[in-house]
Amino acid sequence: MEVLQLLISGMANGCVYGLVALGFVLIYKATEAVNFAQGDFMMLGAFVTLGLVNPEFMGLNFWVALPIVFVIMGVFGYLLDLVVLRALFGQNQVAVIILTIALGFILRFVAGLIWGHEPLSLHSPLALGDLRMGTLVLGMADVAIIIVTFLLTLFLWQFFQRTKVGLAMQAASQNQMAAYYMGIPVKRVQGFVWALAGIVAAIAGILYASKGAIDPNAGFIGIKAFAAAVIGGFGSLPGALMGGLIVGIIEPFAARYLPAGWSQIAPYALLIGVLLFRPHGLFAQVRVKKV
Amino acid sequence: MSLLTLDNVTLRFGGLTAVNRLSMTVDEGEVFALVGPNGAGKSTVFNLISRFYTPVEGRITFDGTDLLRLAPDEVPSLGIARTFQNIELFDQATVLDNLLVGRHRHRRTTLVEQMLHLPSVRREERAHREAVEEVIDFLDLQPYRNKRIAGLPYGVRKVVEMGRALASKPRLLLLDEPASGLSVEETQNMRWWIDDIRRQMGITVLMVEHDMGLVSKVCDRVLALADGAKLAEGTPQEVQNHPAVIEAYLGTGDAA
Amino acid sequence: MRIQFKTSYDHDIRLFKDGWQAFLYIALLALMVVLPWLIDDFFLGEATNVLIWATCGLGLMLLTGQTGQVSLGHSAFMAMGCYACVLLMEAGVPFILAFPLGGVITGLVGALIAIPALKLHGVYLAIATLALAILTDDLIVMLEPWTGGVAGKFAPAIEVFGLEINRWSSPAAWYYMALIVVLVVTLFYRNLLRAPMGRAFAAVRDSEISAQAMGVNIARTKTIAFGISAGITGLGGALMGLFAEVFNNETFTFIISIQLLMMIVVGGLGFIHGAFLGAIVIAFLPQVLSIATDSLGSTVAIPGLETGVFGLIMILFILFEPMGLYGRWLKIRTFLELFPFARKDMFRRQKSYLKTERLR
Ligand SMILES: Nc1ncnc2c1ncn2[C@@H]1O[C@H](COP(=O)(O)OP(=O)(O)OP(=O)(O)O)[C@@H](O)[C@H]1O
Ligand SMILES: [Mg+2]
Repeated sequence: MEVLQLLISGMANGCVYGLVALGFVLIYKATEAVNFAQGDFMMLGAFVTLGLVNPEFMGLNFWVALPIVFVIMGVFGYLLDLVVLRALFGQNQVAVIILTIALGFILRFVAGLIWGHEPLSLHSPLALGDLRMGTLVLGMADVAIIIVTFLLTLFLWQFFQRTKVGLAMQAASQNQMAAYYMGIPVKRVQGFVWALAGIVAAIAGILYASKGAIDPNAGFIGIKAFAAAVIGGFGSLPGALMGGLIVGIIEPFAARYLPAGWSQIAPYALLIGVLLFRPHGLFAQVRVKKV
Repeated sequence: MSLLTLDNVTLRFGGLTAVNRLSMTVDEGEVFALVGPNGAGKSTVFNLISRFYTPVEGRITFDGTDLLRLAPDEVPSLGIARTFQNIELFDQATVLDNLLVGRHRHRRTTLVEQMLHLPSVRREERAHREAVEEVIDFLDLQPYRNKRIAGLPYGVRKVVEMGRALASKPRLLLLDEPASGLSVEETQNMRWWIDDIRRQMGITVLMVEHDMGLVSKVCDRVLALADGAKLAEGTPQEVQNHPAVIEAYLGTGDAA
Repeated sequence: MRIQFKTSYDHDIRLFKDGWQAFLYIALLALMVVLPWLIDDFFLGEATNVLIWATCGLGLMLLTGQTGQVSLGHSAFMAMGCYACVLLMEAGVPFILAFPLGGVITGLVGALIAIPALKLHGVYLAIATLALAILTDDLIVMLEPWTGGVAGKFAPAIEVFGLEINRWSSPAAWYYMALIVVLVVTLFYRNLLRAPMGRAFAAVRDSEISAQAMGVNIARTKTIAFGISAGITGLGGALMGLFAEVFNNETFTFIISIQLLMMIVVGGLGFIHGAFLGAIVIAFLPQVLSIATDSLGSTVAIPGLETGVFGLIMILFILFEPMGLYGRWLKIRTFLELFPFARKDMFRRQKSYLKTERLR
C-alpha cells in the first residue's frame, strides 16, 4: 500500500517535471536553443493564473481564467522569440544558454515584485482533497495531474503527427535549411513553438500550484526537469515525459528507503549516470558529423 | 615507389556503399587526382585516409605503416596533411595562429614548460614562426597575417587552409577541391602553387577536383570514381576519354 | 595609429606588442601596487573581492572562452579548492603549501571529471556541469564531519612566513596576496596562449574535425583545459572562502557558477581582460544598486533585485554587445586610433552560420 502511495505521488511530481521537460524539448527540437527559463515560465504561468483566479487578486472563475492564461502565456512566448531570441539567430549556443538563464532571473524578480515572496496557494478546482481507501491515502490532485498530463501528451503527440502545423514544426526541427527551401516559414514556426512552450508551461504551473503552494523560486524545479529531458533523450516528446516520471518516482523512493540526503542527489546522480553511459539519453540514437 | 596504398577498401553508411572495393596507390613525388561525379565517394576516401572513418574491409598503408592502427590525430605525425571541401578553419583565430596550429605535430615542449615560458619554448616558437613565415611568403598571405578568419573572403580562406596543411611540412598533402569556388585568376595561382609544392618542396599531392582543366595541367595520374568504385585510372587524357567515365558523367548530367 | 616594424619573430611571441603597451601595463601594475595608500579599507576589501572573482573568472574563461566548453558547474571547483586548502591547513600544512596544493588537487579532480564529460557537447555539457554543481552543494551537506555541513567552517588564520594575513587587521596584506595570485595566474594564462597548447585550445573550440586533422588530440586537450580551468577556479574559490572567513555549502551554490559564467560574458568572452572587467561589474553591482535604491528613498532591500538587474544587463549585452565590455573597448580604441578615418561598417557584426550541433 505504501509503495502504491509513493508511486502515485511520485508520478504526479514526475508529470510536472515531464511537462516542463516537454517545453525544453519542444523548443530544442524546433530551434536548437535550450530554454533554461522553462521552469520560470512554469512559475510565471502559475502566478498569472493565481493572479486571475484567487479572490485576493482578481477572483475570476477558474474556467474563465484558463483561456486568458493560455493567451497571455502564448503571446509571452511568441513575443519573447520575436523580440529577443530572433536577434540571436545564428549565434553560438553559449549566448542562448546565458540569455535564457538571465531571463529566468528577471522573471523571478518580476514575479517577486508583483506577487511577493510568501508562498501562495492557487484556488484550483483540482485541489480536491484526499481520497481514503483503507490505509491508502491518495491526493486527488495527484490523480488529476496524472490524467491531465497524459491527455496533454497524447494531444501534442497527435498534433505533431496529424496537423499541418505540427508536421511543419517537425520538418523545421529536423533540418532547418531544407525546411526553409521547402517553403516552410521556419521563423514563424519557431515563434509558434515558443508560444506553445509558454502554454505548456502554464499548464505545468497550474498543476504544480494545485498540489501545493507557489513562490517565485518554484522555477528551480526546472533543473530537475532538465535532468528529466536529458534522461529522456532531449529530442523526443514521450522521452521527456518518461524522463520526468523516472525522476519523479525516484525521489520519494530514495527519500523513503535510502539514508538522508540521497533523495536530493538521486535525480542528478541518475542524470550524470545517463550522460556517462548513454550520452544522448535512454531513447536516442547518435549520428556523426559529415565532412 | 608507392607512398600511399589503399587495398580493396570498402566503406558503408547504412545501406549505402560509399567506397566499394577500391584499390589505389599514390607514388612518392607525384600529383594524383581523384575525379568523379557528386557523391562518388571522393571525400569519403580522404576521410578514410584521415581515419575519420574505418573501412569495413581492406587495408590502408602509408610508407609501410598500417594507417588503420592509428587514431585520427596520430595520422598527421606520419606526415599527412589535408584540407576540407567546406573549409574547416579556426574561425575566431588569426591567420597566423591557424598556420601555427599546422605546426602542432612538431611541438616538443611540455605543458609545464609552456606555462612557464621557458627558453626552450621560446626557441621552439621561433622555429615554428620561421616555418610559418615561409608559408606566408610562399602563398602571399602577408596582408592577412594578423586578421581573423571570420572576416576573410572565401578565396583567401581556401589559401589559408592549404597554408595550414603546408605549415606542417607534410610528405603527403590531401587537397579536397582546392579550386572550387575560386575565380579564374585564383585558380591560376592554385595551379602554380601545386606545381611548386611538388617541385620545390617535394611533397606528394593527392587531390579531388572537378575542374578537369586544372587536373590535366597539374596531375600525373588520375583515378575516376563512380558510386564508390574505380572506373578508370591513368593519365588525365586517358581517363577523360575513357568510355565508362564519359558515361558516368553523362549519366548524372554533370558537365564537368 | 602606431606602426610596428617587425624586426624578428620575437615580436609576436613577446608579452607586449611594443614599448608603449608595456608602459601602460606597468603603469597599471604600479597603480595596483600603491592602491592601499589611495583608498580606504572598505574599498580595499572590495578591490580584493574583485581580484578574487577575477581569479575564478580566469579559470572559467580558459574553458569557455578559449576552449569553447560551457560550464555551469564551476562553483563545484571553487568549493573543492576551498575545502581542500582549508582541510590541508587544519592538518597542519602551512598555508603557502596548502593553497597551491588545493589548486593542484582541484585541477586533478577537474581533469578526472573531464574524461567522462568529453563526450558531451554544448548544452549537454552545460547541464552535466550544472548537475555537478548541485551535487557538490548536497555533498557538502552530507559530508558534514569533514566539511562542517550547513553550519559551515571557520577559515583558519593565514600565516605566510610568519606574517599574519587577516582581512580586518591587515587588509593591505590580504589585497597583495590576492594580487599576487591573480598576477601569477594571468602570467601562466598568457604563456599558454602564446604556446602550442593555447592554440590547440582555440583549434578545439573552432573546429574539432580540423584540429584532429592537424594532430591535436581532442580528448587530451579538453582534459587539460578542464584541469587547468578547475585548478585556477579552485585557487579563486579558496581565496573566496578564506576571505569570507566563514563558509558553507551556500557559499558555493550553483548560482555562483551561473554568475561566474555571466561575469565573463559581460567582461568579454575569450579575453583575459574580460575576466577582470566582469569581476569589477559583479563586485560593484551590489554597491551601485544599494546606492540607487537609497537615493530613491527605499529603505527595505528588494529581494532578487541584484540578480534581476544582473539578468537584464546580461540580456542587453548579449543582444547589443556580445563581445562584452572588452569588445566594446576594442571598438572604441580602434575608432580613436583611426579617427577621423573610421567607418561605421568596420564594426558590423559578422553573421555566422547556424553551426548546428545536432546531427540528425
Ligand atoms: N557521414 C556520412 N553519413 C552518411 N552518408 C554519407 C556520409 N558521408 C558521405 N556520405 C554519402 O556517401 C556518398 C559519397 O559522399 P562523398 O562526400 O564522398 O562524395 P564526393 O565524391 O566527395 O562528392 P562531392 O563531389 O559532392 O564532394 C554520398 O552519397 C554521401 O551522401
Ligand atoms: Mg566531396
